[in-house]
Amino acid sequence: MRERSIAVRRLTDLLVRALSSLAALIGIVFLGWILYVILVRGMGAINWDFFTELPAPPGMPGGGMGSAIVGTLLMTVLAMLIGVPIGLLAGVFLSEFGRGTRFAEWVRFCTNILMGTPSIIIGVFVYILLVVPLKSFSGYAGAVALAVIMLPVVARTTEDMLGLVPNALRESAMALGAPRWKITLSIVFRAARTGLITGIMLAVARVSGETAPLLFTSLNSPYWPRSLGEPTSNLTVTIFNYAMSPYDDWQAMAWGASFLITAGVLGATVLTRGILWYRSRNQ
Amino acid sequence: MNRLQALEVKKVDSRTTASAPAALADTARQSLVGDNAVKISTRDLNFFYGEQQALVNNNLDIATNKVTAIIGPSGCGKSTHLRTYNRIFELYRNQRVTGEIVLDGENLLDPSRDILELRRRVGMIFQKPTPFPMSIFDNVAYGLRLHYRMGRSEMRDRVETALRQAALWEEVRDKLDEPGTALSGGQQQRLCIARAIAVEPEVLLMDEPTSAIDPVATAKIEDLISLLKDNFTIVIVTHNMQQAARISDYTAFFYQGMIIEFGPAKKLFTKPDKKQTEDYITGRFG
Repeated sequence: MRERSIAVRRLTDLLVRALSSLAALIGIVFLGWILYVILVRGMGAINWDFFTELPAPPGMPGGGMGSAIVGTLLMTVLAMLIGVPIGLLAGVFLSEFGRGTRFAEWVRFCTNILMGTPSIIIGVFVYILLVVPLKSFSGYAGAVALAVIMLPVVARTTEDMLGLVPNALRESAMALGAPRWKITLSIVFRAARTGLITGIMLAVARVSGETAPLLFTSLNSPYWPRSLGEPTSNLTVTIFNYAMSPYDDWQAMAWGASFLITAGVLGATVLTRGILWYRSRNQ
Repeated sequence: MNRLQALEVKKVDSRTTASAPAALADTARQSLVGDNAVKISTRDLNFFYGEQQALVNNNLDIATNKVTAIIGPSGCGKSTHLRTYNRIFELYRNQRVTGEIVLDGENLLDPSRDILELRRRVGMIFQKPTPFPMSIFDNVAYGLRLHYRMGRSEMRDRVETALRQAALWEEVRDKLDEPGTALSGGQQQRLCIARAIAVEPEVLLMDEPTSAIDPVATAKIEDLISLLKDNFTIVIVTHNMQQAARISDYTAFFYQGMIIEFGPAKKLFTKPDKKQTEDYITGRFG
């Protein structure tokens, strides 16, 4: 038996450290780069009109993204109203009630597949399901498509986050004579609160950038949304159209809209984190 | 407190109807705790984790208002035995039990039995303190709110009483709104005791309640246990033989899922009948 060389060990250690640090750096650099470009190019397009005006034809001064902002907000909120409760309850089933059953394993498997399904396929699916029979593109169809995309994300993060809550906590509540549903709502949810909200934010962030499913469902519109029953203006499809256009002023608007989406997601995440942090300190 | 009174009436009713089989079973075996009243009587209890048997024909009597300690080496079934008394094991899918556990004349393993009411009567303290993610006040009030309806001032009185009984009131009276997790480990464990006794159980199960706590806090909790036995029947699982000798009136020695020896603590720790017991308490194995 020979002793292993200390020098070789040191070298291996150094190498692994250097490579993993480099990989981490590369990840950060791209994120920083994207944020920087969007900030520099997008900020110029942001002004009061950007939030309040309808899009102007190319070449005309002024104009804004008001209708697209409202449409995106409406569809995202509706998608949350549909997707979050179902996702939360599915996650509760997977973690609390169905644990260890064959049915739960199937649900988990299908959820994973749904999570990996390309969003354009979900768009086509909702197109066939809602747009074709109703003979109209609509904001409702857009919201449903977004909700389907949110569903597995919320369900899986909910399951993971509830799984992190120690069983000792469930047992203590159970030992006091609490029924299972009450333990889940008043103890387990509370203990996992931060993680659950993070999961929901993650899902919202994910859908707020989706374009492909909306192309087949809500389409786009140059007008203020009067109801979600008709083609609904939204930011991502507008970005798609404007960025592909040959007009400089439209391209600038697309940069502005990109900046707005990024800043919105970032702002919402920071805000909820801040509120949770503040509340956990002053519980 | 109308609900409590109603429960008293219900208890008497069910006793009269269920007395026949219970009386039969009583004659089948002599009490293991002499002249003391029996609170819980375990008969031919077997326990299985899936296919694996963890308890084998356990027979044990728990005396009313006494401290009964369960000792034995790791993995001998101490906690498993304790966890049948409030059926907490039912949280897990593949665990099952056969036999009888008679609490005040009724088999508590009867599937038709109201399990939430059983757990109000049989409280439990766990190895690690488990404060709920809420304020100190709400921690103690949690169980109360589950089982009773009452006004604010009565709730405050009962929370205070429970915290006093758990010898914690003086330390937390000015910070009832702070989170329970902000307390020290020993305080958290007393908070859990306060939470358990607030709902006025008759039996308190303690599963190694001091093994995660420093010696000073342990001494406090041991003192507390000696005080609590005036009002509660206590069953405590412990790894610490000195602790069992200090605080228990009766002691059961478990080994490989079987109860090797059971009797008054003084006798078991000074003149054990079985060789295995002697080997264990003198530190020759385990």
